[in-house]
Amino acid sequence: MSILEIKNVSKKYGNHVALNNVSINIAEKSVFGLLGPNGAGKTSLIRIINQITGPDSGEVLFRGEKLQYKHISKIGYLPEERGLYKKMPVGEQAMYLAQLKGLSKAEAKKRLNFWFEKFDMQSWWKKKVDELSKGMQQKVQFIVTILHEPELIILDEPFSGFDPVNAQLIKNEILELRKNGATIVFSTHNMGSVEELCDSIALINKSEKILDGTVKEIRKLHRTNTYKVAFKGNVMGFTNALWTGGEVLEKITEDDINYFTIKINKAINSSQMLQAVLPHCELVSFQEVVPSMNDIFIMKVSNNNPQELGTKSNFTE
Amino acid sequence: MSKIGLIIKREIKSKLTNKTFLIMTFLAPLLITGFLGFIIKMSMDDKTQQKVLVVDDTKHTTQLLQGNDYITFYNTDLKLDDAIDKLIKEDYTCVLNIFENTVGGGAGAVKLFYKKSPGLFFQENIKNQLEKIFQEEKLKANNIDPNVINSSKEKIKLITQKVDENGFKKDDSNLGFLGFLVGALMFIFIMMYGMMVFRSVMEEKTNRIIEVIVSSVKPFELMIGKIIGVALLGIIQFLIMGVISLILTTLLSTIFLKDINKEFAKFNSQQELVKKMGTNVDFTKLDNYQDKIEVFDLLKKMDALPVQLIVICFILYFIGGYLFYSSLMAAIGSAVDSEADSQQFLTPVMIPLMAGYFIAIKSMTNPDSSVAYWASFVPFTSPIVMMSRLNANTPIWELLLSLGLLYASFILTTYLAAKIYRTGILMYGKKVSWKEIGKWLFYK
Repeated sequence: MSILEIKNVSKKYGNHVALNNVSINIAEKSVFGLLGPNGAGKTSLIRIINQITGPDSGEVLFRGEKLQYKHISKIGYLPEERGLYKKMPVGEQAMYLAQLKGLSKAEAKKRLNFWFEKFDMQSWWKKKVDELSKGMQQKVQFIVTILHEPELIILDEPFSGFDPVNAQLIKNEILELRKNGATIVFSTHNMGSVEELCDSIALINKSEKILDGTVKEIRKLHRTNTYKVAFKGNVMGFTNALWTGGEVLEKITEDDINYFTIKINKAINSSQMLQAVLPHCELVSFQEVVPSMNDIFIMKVSNNNPQELGTKSNFTE
Repeated sequence: MSKIGLIIKREIKSKLTNKTFLIMTFLAPLLITGFLGFIIKMSMDDKTQQKVLVVDDTKHTTQLLQGNDYITFYNTDLKLDDAIDKLIKEDYTCVLNIFENTVGGGAGAVKLFYKKSPGLFFQENIKNQLEKIFQEEKLKANNIDPNVINSSKEKIKLITQKVDENGFKKDDSNLGFLGFLVGALMFIFIMMYGMMVFRSVMEEKTNRIIEVIVSSVKPFELMIGKIIGVALLGIIQFLIMGVISLILTTLLSTIFLKDINKEFAKFNSQQELVKKMGTNVDFTKLDNYQDKIEVFDLLKKMDALPVQLIVICFILYFIGGYLFYSSLMAAIGSAVDSEADSQQFLTPVMIPLMAGYFIAIKSMTNPDSSVAYWASFVPFTSPIVMMSRLNANTPIWELLLSLGLLYASFILTTYLAAKIYRTGILMYGKKVSWKEIGKWLFYK
């Protein structure tokens, strides 16, 4: 079942089209990655989901109901541009933000105590925010985002600014939250974390959705018939046998073993290819090369706007 | 607690824990009352007891000197040196030496020896008395009766009275300065709290906390909460300042100005005397009557001021004017990234406010000039100008129209500001222009 259905949403700022007819379904209790280069429209979409702005056309359904003000308490949002009041004590500030999300004072205090203890930061309660490091501030922000136990958690670039230890801490929390029934949407440039965490993704480029689905499906769909083959024996024999069936992309030989990366023609399948080469060599291993999300991202986005690639966008972070 | 309530509470708390704000709140009334007290004290007579030992070389001037509540003259036959010796050893405060040849040409001199610096009023008193004594002496020498001269002196007081078709009205002339003070106070208040809203909005934007907050509350709620919070803060601050000022004034007046009521009563009886006797009164017998006539006249007129009306109007105009301007300030605060960029947007908002201030200065001398009249209806200037023109004779319909216009336009500015604010708070790293802001008004 979908927790969030985005239907034909369009949004314009003056003459600039931020979103063009975007439709996305987000399944309940999943981790959903919202991907796309900078300026693609991710944050615009996230702001619409958070009701910070409204769509020009199209609609957003939350559990089948038109998104409205009462849903705010069911959504937690960690924006990309995040900060805190510099001169306000951490605890007081967390209490304020929690109460704005609709928690009672007592409940907010109870839950904050739990989280502050969990992340080992009780001693920060009375400190002012500008006495904390950036990573510490982000922990506070993360706690505030999930404190009201939202059904839908939206994290915009959650890992930027975190050191690897804290990033792992947050990753674990994300998985834990999903296990407890929450749905997590996060936007990121970090493709590694997409493969690690996401069940499904949508790729937005130039205001339009150009790809969506589960990570497994997408990677399968973008197979390029490329395989890694390791074998012992005659290289010439192997290449001759393969000759009509495919091309060799890479050759490495180490300790009598040849490691080949080959791309086979669409006309034949892997079994046929193996049948052709087996008489000429001793097979050590055979493995399909499935493209990484990073490869798919670059491929999709550069097909879409080849000349802008690498200037405006920043894929590997 | 409702979300707006939370925002208001935070806004107030964050300022109340701010040291600068607290210092301002407590120091300002201290300085203001101190300053006022100083001025009033200065304008009052010096009441130090003076015991004056007079070494009179003319031998006949001393008996003509008249002491009063705090000046006593003691005649002595001692030589000057011995008199000075006596001054030093005993509790006299001065020695006055009147030379034998003081009267002669057009100008003369006497000498005053003192231990502690004698006040200006005391010196004036001696000088005036001696001048009068020597003048009468000369007149007598020339066979002119000094009473003729005295009775020929005419003092004219201009009594003002306002009239209209309904008959006599309360006199409101010469109150322009007080009106201006009220207007200036309004200017300071609107400016101060407007800027507070501006800073608070900009702080949230530059701190980047804004997006977290607007994902919990509507931008309009945040803006309104902030504006109301600062307004309440203003009222709290105003009350604290008011109470402190009141306490200080009471303290000051009981300690330093305890005679003021006595003086006022004396002034009133003297004024009655002047009225009764007309020009035959000997003004020199009236204790500094002329010095006080202006001050006490003003005090009497202030008594006639519609204080309740002024206080009520001040609050109504402050709320209206503050809401009008602070919503504009909030819009500007949302549009800029730093205070440095804000000048081009703040200036056009400040100009009408300043204009109101200058019109209020103008209306001090002519409260019914057409500029002041019309400016007291235009919402940009009405809070300041109307307050400076306000008196017991201001027609109620003028007040209602002016307030009505102000409140109606505050709804309009708040509506427009909310539209700018909503977009502005999420705009980063862009140098905005007026044109850009204009576009935001039409975003959905």
